[in-house]
Amino acid sequence: MQKVYTKIESIVGSVITVKAQGVKNNTLALISTRYGTSYASVIKLDHDTVTLQVFSGTSGISTGDEVRFTGVPMQVSYTPDLLGRIFTGSGEPRDNGPALKENMIEIGGPSVNPSKRIVAKRMIRTGIPMIDVFNTLVVSQKLPIFSVSGEPYNKLLARIAMQAEVDVIVLGGMGLKYDDYLYFRNTLEESGALSKTIMFVHTSADPTVECTLVPDLSLAVAEKFALDGKDVLVLLTDMTNFADSLKEVAITMEQVPSNRGYPGDLYSSLAARYEKAVDFEGSGSVTILAVTTMPADDVTHPVPDNTGYITEGQFYLKNGRIEPFGSLSRLKQNVNSSTRDDHRAIMDAMIKLYSQYKESLEKKSMGFASTEWDNKLLKYGKLFESRLMDLSVNIPLEKALDTGWEILAECFDKNETALKTDLINKYWPGDKK
Amino acid sequence: MNNSGKVVKVNGNMVSVEFDGEVLKNEVGYIHIGDSKLKGEVIRINGSIADMQIFESTSGLAVGDSVTFTKELLAVELGPGLLGQIYDGLQNPLPRLAEEYGYFLTPGAYLDPIPNKEWDFNPTGKIGDKVIAGDELAYVMEGNIRHRIMVPFTLLGEWTVKSIKDKGKYNVRETVATIEDAKGNKKDLTMVFSQPVKRPITAYKERLMPKDPMVTKIRIIDTFLPVAKGGTYCTPGPFGAGKTVLQHMTSKNADVDIVIIAACGERAGEVVEVLKEFPELMDPKTGRSLMERTIIICNTSSMPVAAREASVYTAVTMAEYYREMGLNVLLLADSTSRWAQAMREMSGRLEEIPGEEAFPAYLESVIASFYERAGLVRLNDGSLGSVTIGGTVSPAGGNFDEPVTQATLKVVGAFHGLSRERSDARKYPAIHPLESWSKYTGVINKDRVDFARSVLFRGNEVNQMMKVVGEEGVSIEDYVLYQKSELIDSVYLQQNSFDEVDSSVTPERQERVFNTLYDVLLNPLNALSDKSEARSFFNALRQLFLDWNGMKWNSDKFEEQEKLIKSESEGKRG
Repeated sequence: MQKVYTKIESIVGSVITVKAQGVKNNTLALISTRYGTSYASVIKLDHDTVTLQVFSGTSGISTGDEVRFTGVPMQVSYTPDLLGRIFTGSGEPRDNGPALKENMIEIGGPSVNPSKRIVAKRMIRTGIPMIDVFNTLVVSQKLPIFSVSGEPYNKLLARIAMQAEVDVIVLGGMGLKYDDYLYFRNTLEESGALSKTIMFVHTSADPTVECTLVPDLSLAVAEKFALDGKDVLVLLTDMTNFADSLKEVAITMEQVPSNRGYPGDLYSSLAARYEKAVDFEGSGSVTILAVTTMPADDVTHPVPDNTGYITEGQFYLKNGRIEPFGSLSRLKQNVNSSTRDDHRAIMDAMIKLYSQYKESLEKKSMGFASTEWDNKLLKYGKLFESRLMDLSVNIPLEKALDTGWEILAECFDKNETALKTDLINKYWPGDKK
Repeated sequence: MNNSGKVVKVNGNMVSVEFDGEVLKNEVGYIHIGDSKLKGEVIRINGSIADMQIFESTSGLAVGDSVTFTKELLAVELGPGLLGQIYDGLQNPLPRLAEEYGYFLTPGAYLDPIPNKEWDFNPTGKIGDKVIAGDELAYVMEGNIRHRIMVPFTLLGEWTVKSIKDKGKYNVRETVATIEDAKGNKKDLTMVFSQPVKRPITAYKERLMPKDPMVTKIRIIDTFLPVAKGGTYCTPGPFGAGKTVLQHMTSKNADVDIVIIAACGERAGEVVEVLKEFPELMDPKTGRSLMERTIIICNTSSMPVAAREASVYTAVTMAEYYREMGLNVLLLADSTSRWAQAMREMSGRLEEIPGEEAFPAYLESVIASFYERAGLVRLNDGSLGSVTIGGTVSPAGGNFDEPVTQATLKVVGAFHGLSRERSDARKYPAIHPLESWSKYTGVINKDRVDFARSVLFRGNEVNQMMKVVGEEGVSIEDYVLYQKSELIDSVYLQQNSFDEVDSSVTPERQERVFNTLYDVLLNPLNALSDKSEARSFFNALRQLFLDWNGMKWNSDKFEEQEKLIKSESEGKRG
């Protein structure tokens, strides 16, 4: 089926049409242009008219360029050689390493049979107290990081990549600024985490279509590693760019938009990616952390809104901190009963006191007199923010819990914390044996 | 002879087929691709072109691939063995698929929905009986459900029983009876038959007005926002407000015979929790595993979209089937928004003129006809059966002013609106007591409930006022009213689903607690002289009630606590 077609009928946006026979849906074609070759994928068939999406964009494509159908779907190589490598959104090397062509696997494969899933119950330690203590990340969880643009979400992601206790990290960058890409590469290289990392990076200067491929490439590779018994953490940034690329392509295809121009299948498209998070019975796992920037800090915008319905909780990044209130890890109760006996109690007590601190702060800023209790809370809030909430704090869970006790002991009397007496006897600093 | 055709167009999961001969609307066809075949349904016919929605990924399809039509509408298999099963939207048994194909859902893999198994057949009909669709010929015991073997619902007119097997063990697919119509056409019947999913089962005498409450053991629902057996209700709410948790609680506690859960386009993880939890839980009514009264239809968000559209019909058809046995069935659909979105995707591919938010113009009538399949009916033999439908709605941005919520509100009998405000304040279940409504009667005297509701309403007004003028700005009477409304909220509307006792409250207990609470509400509490006294009185009372809610029904402590509450409240009568 290596027939060559040399008549391109139409070129609109990143989409071209060609008259051809016997072409299969969702397979690849190779287009040779005067600026080099590019892959394109078949997205629609109508009698002998084949509609293709060109990965590298259509700028410079001539109506007389050669189109060669390969008959195979989009694939990516899966070998241990992937580790430490960086690729583009179409799977080509971005570092100066060799292209990998062996053991090709399909991307965007079928979904896992729900009856083969198991209930998530293993914790992933990140060394970040706001995650480990207050919103524990669980193996096979899918969590977005909702963030306003300008927040240090990529810095947070890089830290998680360096510190998370997992076997393999797959980082998918969509619409990344080139600086951010360099930041990720350099940070991971310096920390030594690059050797267990695979990066698929689409920068904002790259063609739009490649952006839509990044999650599928990342997750296809992650799934294979998981089936080989590895615990894989997939970091995606930024899913809003991914959704915007889908929008761009859909509009070019003249699809009827549903909400703010996004295609009607936005929910299904996002879900198909997020639902790749899984804990395979008797094998490895895939966990997904994905940055979703909220345009204008609006959580009801279609992208964060649809994401919230799909994922198992969310981290809100606000003012350089993971917000203790809006953030939620739906799966944390599956694991935090088995970490340390004071974990849940400390988590609840500290958050409740912190919300009282917020009230006292408000009271103070409105000019009301502060009581002695208010002053205790104000001191507590400051300590909480600097010793645990600050994103630069890097301590293991047990140390973080101890720090929590120390903060409480510095600010309050024992009976003011609403903690159970037996826990206080066991952990209150000074009394501890 | 089967009709056949050829693929001429592929656009996502919509495929156009050029056919010769006859094609039915909603007919099932298979596209042959290599050795496997992909299932699809005809949704539009124009000249010699049939548009089909394909229930699988269409990757690898090419123009010219051959298609065969089955002459059958999209249907489910009905018969003994459905209970306890876990199906996808097209009634493929997921655990058995996993055994055969491993971790992933293989496109084009279809298995028999009903396990091949022998049942103890007990004939109740005899040779010469005149029967019509829905009449009982025999029964088998499926767990503790008396499962009727009936004349298939698609047969028209009167039939005569020509032969029927004696009592004994037979395979589910063995011929157990033969019937003949007036023209002499013979038909062999097995315990299993198929039923088109998009045509309601109407083999009953008449539809009745739903009246008996379906007890959910959730106080706010049973007392304030009841649902009747055979009624419909919807639960819209933003993400994280606890829709799914509420449905799981309902599926565990509802006093019905069968629960069908249609997990439609939602998270797989949540379904897994049900899958792992239900077999361990006991049905308090029968003492058997909860799974034995449950069927799960699971088409999670990453599974093919067209099958998601089919899944709610698959579920409701099974519900109607068990209703034909004189049983009360509850169907929980989570979430109908995902189902509506599946329709939207298809409509877009068909290039139909879009309605509001690009949903198809027929959205409202489709939603209405789905909920209309609920109902209380009198069957051919005079017994009663019901299907109750509860659907969650996931409105974009949590804003109820959107097409799916609005179309649903027009047709349901009760509205349980979940509020972000209440869930953020950890007030569970987060059903908004003032915005929600129900047209059914509940387990508690209606006048008393109305009075409590008016207290809630006025208390809320006082609360709004206090936000402007401060606590000092309202009178002590108004302040007490506000505290009363807060008391109803914290001790009655909210319920602790983690507490062993409080998580499920029987109607008797609801009545007892409600009446005690009602006495407090009626009491003018004139002895409370200032607001700080009122606050501490209500704090103490709240604590007493909350402790009471955690005490076992009819234990000594339970009785004592009630006395304590009564005397505490009487002391402030003034």
